[in-house]
Amino acid sequence: MRCVVGIDLGSTTTKAVLLDEQGRVVGRGITNSRSNYEVACAVAREEALIAVRFTLLQRELESFADDAQSWRDQLHEAFRLELYRDQLAELEAEVAVALRALTYVGQKATLEPAAREVHERMRLHAPELFVVGAPRKSDFFRDLAGAAFISAAEEVSREQNVPYERLVGLFDRAVLNVETELRRRDFGDLLARAARHVLERGTSGEERKRFESAVARAARAPIQELAFVGTGYGRQTLPFPKEAVRSEILCHGRGAHRVFGGTRTVLDIGGQDTKAIQVDGHGVVTSFQMNDRCAAGCGRYLGYIADELNLGLHELGPLALGAKRVVKVNSTCTVFAGAELRERLGLGERREDILAGLHRSIMLRAMSLLARSGGVSNELTFTGGVCKNPMATRVLRELVTDSYGEGITLNAHPDSIYMGALGAALYGLDDVVAGRPQVLPTFALDALTTGA
Amino acid sequence: MSNPAMTQSAQLEPAEKDQSQIEQKRMIADHFERLARAKAEGKKVVYTFVPGNLTELIGALDMLAVLPEINALQSGMRKKSAGYIAEAEKAGHSEDVCTYVKCDIGMLKSGNIGPTGTKLPEPDLLLLSYTGCFTFMKWFELLREEYKCPVVMLHVPYQTDGEITPEMREYIVRQLKDVVIPAMEQVAGKKLDMRELSRRLQLSHRAEDDLVAVWESARHRPSPIDGYFGGVYYVGPIFSAFRGTEDAVRYYQMLRAEVDERVRRKEGPMTPDGPAGEERFRLVVEGPPNWTSFLDFWRMFSREGATVVASTYTRVGGLYDKGFRHSPDEPLESLADYCLGCYTNLGLPTRTALLEDYIRRYEADGFLINSVKSCNSFSAGQLVMLRELEKRTGVPGGFIESDLVDPRYFGKANIENRLQSYLQMLEARRGRASA
Amino acid sequence: MTDSTASDPAAEVLARCLALYEDMSFSRVRRWKEAHPGGLAIGALPIYVPRPLLEAMGCLPVSIFGGGDQLDVIRGDSYFQSYICRIPRSTLELAMGGQLDVLDGMLFPSICDVIRNLGGIWNMLFPERFTAYVDLPQNFDRDIGGRFYTGELRRIAAGLVGRGAKPPSDEELRAAIRRENSRRRVLSELSALRRREPWRLRASEAYLAARAGSVLEAQEHEAWLRELLAALERREARAYDNVRVVVRGAFCEQPPLGLIRTLEAAGCDIVDDDFQLGLHFIEGDIEEDSSIDPWTALSNAYLDRGVATSSRYIGEATKGDALIESVRAAAAEGVIFAAASFCDPALLDQPMLEAALDRQGIPHTSLKYAENSGQFQVIREQAGAFSDAVKLWGSAA
Repeated sequence: MRCVVGIDLGSTTTKAVLLDEQGRVVGRGITNSRSNYEVACAVAREEALIAVRFTLLQRELESFADDAQSWRDQLHEAFRLELYRDQLAELEAEVAVALRALTYVGQKATLEPAAREVHERMRLHAPELFVVGAPRKSDFFRDLAGAAFISAAEEVSREQNVPYERLVGLFDRAVLNVETELRRRDFGDLLARAARHVLERGTSGEERKRFESAVARAARAPIQELAFVGTGYGRQTLPFPKEAVRSEILCHGRGAHRVFGGTRTVLDIGGQDTKAIQVDGHGVVTSFQMNDRCAAGCGRYLGYIADELNLGLHELGPLALGAKRVVKVNSTCTVFAGAELRERLGLGERREDILAGLHRSIMLRAMSLLARSGGVSNELTFTGGVCKNPMATRVLRELVTDSYGEGITLNAHPDSIYMGALGAALYGLDDVVAGRPQVLPTFALDALTTGA
Repeated sequence: MSNPAMTQSAQLEPAEKDQSQIEQKRMIADHFERLARAKAEGKKVVYTFVPGNLTELIGALDMLAVLPEINALQSGMRKKSAGYIAEAEKAGHSEDVCTYVKCDIGMLKSGNIGPTGTKLPEPDLLLLSYTGCFTFMKWFELLREEYKCPVVMLHVPYQTDGEITPEMREYIVRQLKDVVIPAMEQVAGKKLDMRELSRRLQLSHRAEDDLVAVWESARHRPSPIDGYFGGVYYVGPIFSAFRGTEDAVRYYQMLRAEVDERVRRKEGPMTPDGPAGEERFRLVVEGPPNWTSFLDFWRMFSREGATVVASTYTRVGGLYDKGFRHSPDEPLESLADYCLGCYTNLGLPTRTALLEDYIRRYEADGFLINSVKSCNSFSAGQLVMLRELEKRTGVPGGFIESDLVDPRYFGKANIENRLQSYLQMLEARRGRASA
Repeated sequence: MTDSTASDPAAEVLARCLALYEDMSFSRVRRWKEAHPGGLAIGALPIYVPRPLLEAMGCLPVSIFGGGDQLDVIRGDSYFQSYICRIPRSTLELAMGGQLDVLDGMLFPSICDVIRNLGGIWNMLFPERFTAYVDLPQNFDRDIGGRFYTGELRRIAAGLVGRGAKPPSDEELRAAIRRENSRRRVLSELSALRRREPWRLRASEAYLAARAGSVLEAQEHEAWLRELLAALERREARAYDNVRVVVRGAFCEQPPLGLIRTLEAAGCDIVDDDFQLGLHFIEGDIEEDSSIDPWTALSNAYLDRGVATSSRYIGEATKGDALIESVRAAAAEGVIFAAASFCDPALLDQPMLEAALDRQGIPHTSLKYAENSGQFQVIREQAGAFSDAVKLWGSAA
């Protein structure tokens, strides 16, 4: 398969999208951004390549199996489990390194068996995480392993009377190394292992052979990456040569327009900034505005509020939906947000009602930015991390209707987080079509064997 | 308010120097030497502002000018402004207000060491020309508290509707005759010789002709000048202590000849990295530059092949390309018209019309607004201008935000992001237009 | 919260003032226009415009103080960078929302670069509306600044006549000046009462009473004020011991009412302020004598007796003298500087004024606000600490 790669290096997550030559999305990947941008980009691309191979696998399966989708899903979960197991082994090795680095022999002697036991339990519980249809809060190894480690460490520290913080401290050190070091992994090998587990369960010899050869074909099919384009918040240090970098604004506009062909306006509220973008009928940006140095109205502001209330970021929106009235909150200044919140609570206002007011004040800022960029004429696409917040979306809907009338379509896509990477990939496709020479990124492509 | 560059330290200059630039450097060095000797030689020192400066009058009375705005921008370029601003804020100045003022106050509190490293002489007179910027008034009220010296105010009415009425002119001339000149004469200890004033105005006229020819050269492709980053060097002499001097006449002749030569050779302007490469974007810029990262800011443009063909900032100390010249025949009236015509003394509709004219006249691909936090005179209303200009010209506008001399407000990544997005947008639109 | 118990004789008139304050749709102005066919309603930004001139031309001067703390500002925000104060945003929001459609024109006096440029924005966004910049002279010589200023007044008057206003006769102008003086005298009586017995008239109430003048003709405003004055004399109020303070810096964008009340609740009696400075801008009467040209009288009043505020150049006198004089006259014990965020004139002035107070040993503190500030906890604590400190300082001295 021949494809182009778009990578969006964001402040919190890094995304990759692969398009085939017809411009169809064939794979997507996401990982948490980390201090090492090269690794983040490489991992996102690897994730996307894995997705491509599963696309290929599904096509293979469809050629003979009735319930191809179900097989694919089973194989996918099994594959993720195998990958997770490999990573757990890496984590354990890193924990061992961290243990060796401890200064006091006594400490080591108590922590070592405890850590071993923790890992034992993590291995034991691993399959529960990868059941088809089971909800997972995150797909990132750091989050999955972190939750498992903590839960096991709580039990073990109690049972063995070992300090819990010490154990968790080991994890924190170790996981950093697992994350920031690129490892060679063989997709075919992982998939073959996954397939063995899946196929053990009730397939005949004939059937199994067909499956095995489909898996082998999907794993071995050549994937040729024709172009790479990078974008994102961390653009300044993107591991791409200058010619292969496109502005995130251009990419966001293009990506959103690709998904919603009728959109002429895009509002992107991310962790670090807010952007209002106007595009033409081809998805080319015609004007844009960004928030300035002041962080009011960005995702970060909600982060402060969540911290202040001791809540998870994702809990804010649903809570705010329960408001009975909207408290007027005037300070969108992050510096004063906490103070205003406490004062309101002190006055006896309901938390939900204050939260509703906070959401409203953020969206008012976004509305100003939209107006500054030229307003909304027909269809508005809402993207970025904050678009997953149901209260933010509801308030935006209301405000847009107030300002621009009933006729405005508001799009908020669950996958809007990929818009930037999608736009980048589309620009990559332009390069291919225009016959421009391929520009390779500077991160280590050869560390990966999945793209063999 | 804001101002042009008088370059001092070598690191601030383009890699290769033109002869005119060497000449300008000499002129400035001489001026600061004269200032250093002023007290010993009994010369009187006048502090004043760039927009609406009465340099010929100061010179005709044999006094020397110090321009605090230029000291402030120099402090910014020499990376001293952050410390000076902190000093002023420690002394009770708000974070919200103009950083030129705070930088100047901080410099004063830190010993008043000027751009050349020598202490600046204290003022014998603060000549407060209130032109286009309210903060000027506060600035000299603050300096008066420090220096306890006389202040003389020249109130220049605002050109709301883009025309100079006889009443405005008369108001200024009356102030000059009855208030400003007598106050200056008293400090100078001599009477004003009107013939000397006229002689100087004649010299101004000549230099102004050459400067306009330099601005006009940007109509060529490639433009032989950068009318913003390069432009701040070009306006150095005429915006400051040299208008109405033989030095300035010589400088502008030299500059014009160099520019003509670049036109002949079809060369672009000088950039911080040497002669410019291919001209990919022709831009018009509104708003002052940032001084603390001046070269970085310039490189963000020059490395993308973006040349500024005209800017409004280089018109704050006098708008000559619309025909105004100082006139030896009507000395006070022409000083009045000069003050009235400085860029920030023009109403927003007039400013917008000027930008529109620049965009068309210099065939710009885009226009960019650098909105500085310090200067409300420039900034308040720029977003309306942006919208209106896009509507009138169809040329897309870009918007970036920074500050004059407060490095806390120069977010390099953010500015670079916006600028590159803007240029890529121009490119993408161009690609689509030709497709 | 005007203590609207039945027992308070001032409650009714204060409630009327509050209703005007809260009415962002200017229905009072609409009613005035219905009652005065052909009359023009002319909006004016702070600080000072010569209101008698407008009244003499059959116009209603309407003071515009932004959008207060209840208005959502979206479009207005879209035209201003974050480092610009709030009043131009909310004023523009009102205009774009149609609330200012009732006005036939707008005056933008020379307070600062932002308000001046807001006039330019008006020119561009609403080219069909009457818009004038009022260039108040900074030269106070009658022959120079005075001549220019009367020229400005005539220019503005001519513009209004072009929009259908009545050309002002000298007699009508004199009559309007008399009405303004008369209103001004009642305002002074209220100020005196507030200084004498701050518990009888709270600053927040005096504020509302003055603010009502934003949309009332001088004569009607005067009637309201007299009504209030009479009611206050009947009001039962107990004396208490608060710290007497002067508030400075709030002359343009207005603090929310909640902020004024917070200062009061924190133990500060505001015995002098510059909240509604336009109404107090001329110290003493404008000359109303028939021997003097009324245009010149308006000009002289501005030149000779305009109050020392941040947007006026103080040529000869020492900076801060006027403030110290106010502190003395009001027998105040301290000064609170309350400036709108990003207000250049107030914030640039403040260090000089503080230095002047320090030289006299007058205590002071400072705070910033926006017209829509929603939290006063910090201010309450700060003002409380200040009033405690002043009391201690006073007893120690």
